[in-house]
Amino acid sequence: MTILPLSPLDLALASALVLATGALAWRMQLDVTARLLIAALRSAVQLLLVGLVLRALFANADAGWVALVALVMLLAAGREVMARQRRRFTGWWGYGLGFVSMFLSTFAVSIFALAGLIGTEPWYAPRYSIPLLGMLLGNTMTGVALAIERLGEEVSAQRNAIEDRLTLGEDRGQATRELRRGSMRAGLIPIVNAMAAAGIVSLPGMMTGQILAGASPTDAVTYQILILFLIAGSTGLGTLVAVWLGTRRLFDERQRLRLERLSAPPSAG
Amino acid sequence: MAGLVLAGLAFRGVGPIDLAVAPGECVAILGPSGSGKTLLLRAVADLDPQQGEVRLDGVEREALAGPAWRRRVGLLRPESAWWRDTVGEHFPDAEVPGLERLGFRREVLQRAVAHLSSGERQRLALLRLLARRPRALLLDEPTAHLDAEATRAVEALLGEYRERERAPVVWVTHDRAQAERVAARRLRLADGRLSELAPA
Repeated sequence: MTILPLSPLDLALASALVLATGALAWRMQLDVTARLLIAALRSAVQLLLVGLVLRALFANADAGWVALVALVMLLAAGREVMARQRRRFTGWWGYGLGFVSMFLSTFAVSIFALAGLIGTEPWYAPRYSIPLLGMLLGNTMTGVALAIERLGEEVSAQRNAIEDRLTLGEDRGQATRELRRGSMRAGLIPIVNAMAAAGIVSLPGMMTGQILAGASPTDAVTYQILILFLIAGSTGLGTLVAVWLGTRRLFDERQRLRLERLSAPPSAG
Repeated sequence: MAGLVLAGLAFRGVGPIDLAVAPGECVAILGPSGSGKTLLLRAVADLDPQQGEVRLDGVEREALAGPAWRRRVGLLRPESAWWRDTVGEHFPDAEVPGLERLGFRREVLQRAVAHLSSGERQRLALLRLLARRPRALLLDEPTAHLDAEATRAVEALLGEYRERERAPVVWVTHDRAQAERVAARRLRLADGRLSELAPA
């Protein structure tokens, strides 16, 4: 069975739903109409472009090109993690924290899955590696961004408690134990919720896509379970690295709290 | 040399500051608000970056890791913070010396921190510090939230600790009468310099 292709007219008709939502938002003065339309346009352009990139990549499965596309995806995810922070780490760290933790986690889990589990030939075959990395990055990014956000907020809010603990002789690990746990938990909650709701409340997008494209539901489900587990592992590893690195950055070699390494949050309004 | 020695300590426009506090000696530091008294104590406790040397009983600060140094110099901040639910969880042992002396009964250890008054917090924060037996004491307005009676109790307890442990003490206060009660030597920090306090 093959996929039933969609015509440009089908998409144009579907876009009427976005226009209707935009009109409603304008009517209700929600102040999101412009952003909604730009985002919809952006998603269409970005996806069409990535479709072209993937088509070229699949036709020419060269390791160098796969690595380049993976790097671009990782750079974009790192930028997105930074953009979601109210308090950013100053300097290179603002970007590097998310980048490094996502690089370590998503690449390690991708290679494990491709070479160890799926057994593609070669292991970096773009038809598998790029979509897999995309799903891992998209989800790990959410967890890492939430964990870093929580870490920065909590360390700032609990500055006095941390410094009192330091004056009593605790080291940075002891003085931040509870809030590091809270940050890790914040990063893991989305994937925990996603796994809990999978199949009952929501049919995950990848599985839905495979079924629409003609795969058997059992094959689609097996892949979806694999993906969820991979995302859980990648998110866990990514948040662990991000919280560990972030905490180390917030203290110096004398284990003094250095809050000036976080930028002030933008003022409200 | 025994005791606490600051040599050329400088931070955020304050200093360089030289000061030697002998074992068992208490030095009071007065001075206008914003003159850097709190920053001075934080610098000695190595909570903020700074230049210069600090030694305790002949041991350079840099010879010890940050946490080990801070455990020895014992800073009490004017506003205490608490990070667990009950008072007792902040103490290293079930036995808390000095509780009764500061007007508490043992039951206070079971109380929720959220229900403490600011005066109770300040006295308990002092006991929390002393329970770890710091070698020196850096006290930042330790009686700011206390009435006259509790102030005297805290002064007496600290005096005994200082003599028993032969601890060098730096006591920051706004209260000149208190400075005269607790310290034989009184200094004034103003315009980034430490100087002998002019007689009243």
